[in-house]
Amino acid sequence: MSAVELRGVTYTYPGAPAPALRDVTLDIAPGELVVVAGGSGSGKSTLLRAISGLAPHFHGGTFAGQAIVAGMDTREHGPGELAQAVGTLFQDPETQVVTGTVRAELAFGLENRGLSPAEVARGVEEAALALAIDQLLERSTAELSGGELQRVALGAALAGRPEVVVLDEPTSQLDPVAGDELLGLLRRANEDFEATIVLAEHRLERCLGAADRVIVLTGGQIVCDASPEEFLAWAGRAAPNLQTPGARLLSAVGVAPAVGVKRARGALRQAGLLPERAREIEPRWAGPPGSGRARRRERVARASAALRLDRVWHELRSGPVILRDLSLTVAPDERVALMGRNGAGKSTLLRHAAGLVKPTRGTVAAAGRVALLLQNPTDYLVHETVAAEAPPRALEVVGLGGAEFAARHPRDLSGGEKQRLALAIVLGDIDDVDARPAVVCLDEPTRGMDRDHKHQLAELLCRLGTAVVVATHDPEFAAAFAERVVLLADGAPIADGSAAEVLAGGSYFATETARILGGLGGALTPAQGTALIERRTAAREAIALAGRWEPSPCWRWPWPPGLPGTSASGPMHGSSRWWGRWRRSPRSGGSRLPPCPMSSPPPTSSSSPGTRSAVRPGLPSAPWPR
Amino acid sequence: MMYRRRASPLHAARAAAGCAWCLALAIAALMASNPILLGAVTVAVLAAGALAGVGRQLGRAALWGVPVALAIMLVNALVTRDGLTVILRLGDLPILGQTDVTLEATVYGAMLGLRAVALILCGLLYTLAVDPDEVLRLFRRVSFRSALTAAVATRMVPVLIRDGRRLADAQRCRPGPPPSRLALMRAACTGVLDRALDVAAALEVRGYGSARRPPAHRRAYSRHDVAFLASAVAIVAVSVTARLDPAAAFAAYPELHLAAGAQALLLAAALPAVALLPFAARRGVSR
Repeated sequence: MSAVELRGVTYTYPGAPAPALRDVTLDIAPGELVVVAGGSGSGKSTLLRAISGLAPHFHGGTFAGQAIVAGMDTREHGPGELAQAVGTLFQDPETQVVTGTVRAELAFGLENRGLSPAEVARGVEEAALALAIDQLLERSTAELSGGELQRVALGAALAGRPEVVVLDEPTSQLDPVAGDELLGLLRRANEDFEATIVLAEHRLERCLGAADRVIVLTGGQIVCDASPEEFLAWAGRAAPNLQTPGARLLSAVGVAPAVGVKRARGALRQAGLLPERAREIEPRWAGPPGSGRARRRERVARASAALRLDRVWHELRSGPVILRDLSLTVAPDERVALMGRNGAGKSTLLRHAAGLVKPTRGTVAAAGRVALLLQNPTDYLVHETVAAEAPPRALEVVGLGGAEFAARHPRDLSGGEKQRLALAIVLGDIDDVDARPAVVCLDEPTRGMDRDHKHQLAELLCRLGTAVVVATHDPEFAAAFAERVVLLADGAPIADGSAAEVLAGGSYFATETARILGGLGGALTPAQGTALIERRTAAREAIALAGRWEPSPCWRWPWPPGLPGTSASGPMHGSSRWWGRWRRSPRSGGSRLPPCPMSSPPPTSSSSPGTRSAVRPGLPSAPWPR
Repeated sequence: MMYRRRASPLHAARAAAGCAWCLALAIAALMASNPILLGAVTVAVLAAGALAGVGRQLGRAALWGVPVALAIMLVNALVTRDGLTVILRLGDLPILGQTDVTLEATVYGAMLGLRAVALILCGLLYTLAVDPDEVLRLFRRVSFRSALTAAVATRMVPVLIRDGRRLADAQRCRPGPPPSRLALMRAACTGVLDRALDVAAALEVRGYGSARRPPAHRRAYSRHDVAFLASAVAIVAVSVTARLDPAAAFAAYPELHLAAGAQALLLAAALPAVALLPFAARRGVSR
C-alpha cells in the first residue's frame, strides 16, 4: 500500500481565480524520500498541505479527487487526525514552536495523541537522541538559535515516528552548515525509521543526493516524476531553471548530468575533463583580513570608501559579544557578500552600517545614506498600493514600474516581487542626488526564492552601480553577484577576498561548481567552470596537434609549457597564480571573466539549455546616471 | 520576563507545588490587614526571588511598582473622606470638592499600594519560576483548549514583541517622511494576523484539532514538592491566624491603630520563615 496516494486532486484556495493543484495523481511508496521541485507559486506548498490535511480543512476552498495518506482519506480525516501519522515542518521555525521548553515541545504532539506518559517520555527521548538535541531538552525554546529551533521543530515532527513527514523548505532560513546537518538528519530518519519523506526545496543541489525521486510541479500540475538522474536530464531539456549548477556545468561540457558532487566529479574525470586528483592543484585561499592582499585592498579602499567600519565592537549588556573588533571598508561600486553561520554577526554588521544600532566601541562612517533591506520585506509594506510605497523611478529600477503593478496591493505580490518592492522603498528617490544611497545593504534577500528570482535579483544588484553589501547563506547567489566575499565567524572576519578566493576553496561556503572542480581556477559558476574546461581542452588539443605535449592515457591536466603558471617541467602548483594572471590579462587566451558573473554570457543553447539570456527584458540597463 | 529553568528548589518543584506556593503568598498578601505582616509578605517574595535566581527581575519589577503604589496612595488620600488627623487642606478642588488629606487615608492608601506591589511580585515570581508547560499539562485535563490558548498566548508575546521591533526597524530604514500611524497600525495588525494563522496551522498539524484528554501523569513527589506544598499550607495558616488574632489587628479609620506587639512581630517573622524554609534544601535542584 502507498504511504501517500493522490487521485485526481484538484484544489482551489478560497477566492482564488485558478486551482493551485490540478488533477494531481501520485503514489509515494513507504520509505521513499521524495523531493518536490518547482518555481515559486508552482503548487509545492499546496501539495504538502494537501498531504497534511491543511488543504482543505484549514484553508477552506474547493477540493476534488481523493488523497489517502497513511490509509486515511483526507476528506474524512482532518489535520488533527492525520497528525497521528504525518509529521509536518514548515519554513519558519519561530511560528512552529508552541511551548516553552524543548522537552515540552517534543512531547506536545505525542500528548495530543493521548499516549501514556511512559510512551510520551520514550518518544521524546528517541526523537531527541535521533536528532542530537538531547542536550537541549531542558532549554527554553526562546533561547535557541534558528538552526536549533528548526531542529527542535523537526524533532517534534518526527517524535513518535510518523509514517509520513512533509517538509516545506526547512533549510531556507539556515546557514549551509545547519542546512546540511538538517538534511543529514532527515536522511537518517528516512533510513532508520523508514519514514516516507516529502520535501519541497528550491536549492535542489543540496538534497538531490539523498532523494529517491523528484516530482516537479508547474502551474499545479505534475510535469516530471522521475529519479534524480532522470530529473536532471529532463530539466536540461524542459526546465533549465531547475537544473542544479553541477548539472549545468556537466551539460555545458557535453557530459550527462550526475547527481551530487562526487558523481559529477567522477563523470568529468571519466570524460577526461578533470585531473585525476582534484587537489592536485591547490586552490588559493583568501588570507585572513589584515594580512597581505586584504591589507593592501584595505589601504586602497580607505581613500574613497563608501562604507567604513573601524574596529567595531558590539557587546550585549549581560550577553555575548556579537561583533569583535571588526574592521571593514567597502569601496564605491564594490559588491560584497557577507557569509558565515547563523549568529556570526552578519545582520548586526548591516544594522551598524545603516545606523540602526550604535557600536559599543569603534566607529562607522558612510559616504552617504545607507539603504538597508532587512530580512522580511513584508515589514516595509504599509500602503495600499504598490505606487504609494516607493517613488516611480525606484519602482522602475527594480522592474515594478509597469502599470500592471501600480494599483496592486503590495501584500498580493509574489515573494520575489515583494523583495524588489522593498528594495525600491529603501532606495528611495534616486533622482535626487543627495538622497541617493551610497551603500545598499540587503540581509538574506534570497530566503525562499526560486532560482529565477535569485537570478533577477543578482542582475539588479549588479546594475545598481552603487556599493552593495549582502548578507547571505547562499554561496550560489554570492558567486552570482559579489566581487568580494567576507566570511564572518564569532563576530569577526576570518576570510576576506575575491569571490573566487573565498568560495572556491571551502566545503560548506562553496558553490557546487567549485566543489565539483575542487576549487580549480577559482571557477564558481557553471559558466566559469565551462569556460575553464573548454579553454583547457582547447589548449590541450592545440598542443597535441603541435606535437609538443602528449597527453597520457591517465591525463592529469593540460598545463602546456608556455602558459602562465607553468614551468618547462610541467604545471606549477598553485593554479590561482595562473588564474589571477589570466583574469588580469585577457590576451592569455579565452575570454576574460566578466565583472559581474551573473551577466556573463551563458553557454550556447546547444551546450547548456539551462542558461538564460543575460539581460532580462524590462530591466533598464542602468538605474541612474553615474 | 519569562520562565527559564534555573537551579533552584522552586524551579525543581512540580508546577502544582510552585503554583500552590505562589498562590499562598498571594493569599497572604490579600489577607494581611497589618502593614507589618504585609511588609513581611513582600520581603518574603523578594527573598524567595533572590533564592530562586530571579531576584534581579523581581527587584526591577518592585522599582516599577513604586510609582503604582504611590499613585494608589495619592488617589486614596484624595478621595477618602475618613480619618481624623488632617495633614493637608487643599480647599475646594474641581470635581473632588472640599479636600482634606488625612494621615489615616494616606497610610491606608500606602498599604493598598504595598499590597498591589506584593501581588504583582507574586504573579511575577510565578511567571519566572513555574514551568508554564507543566501548568498547561496540569490544567489540560480540566479544560484543554483554554489552557493551551493561554499557554500559546503567553508564548506569542515575545514573538510579537520581536515582530514589532522588526517592523519599527524596517520603518526606520525608509527614506523620506515616515508613514502615518494608521498605515503602521494596519500593517502591524496584518502582521499579527499572519503570525496567528501560521501558529494555528502549526497547532493543527501537531494534532491540536483532535487532541484527546491526556492520561494522568503520575510522578513521585520530590523533597521540593513536599516542602513547597507544606510551606504553602503553613503560609495560609499563619495568614489566617494573623487575620483572626486581635494581637495583630490594624485599623486605619477613624484613627490609626496598629498592633505591633510581640505576637504581631512573631507572626510577621514566622511568615517569611515558613515561606523561605523550602529553599534550604539544595539537593537535586538542577535537571
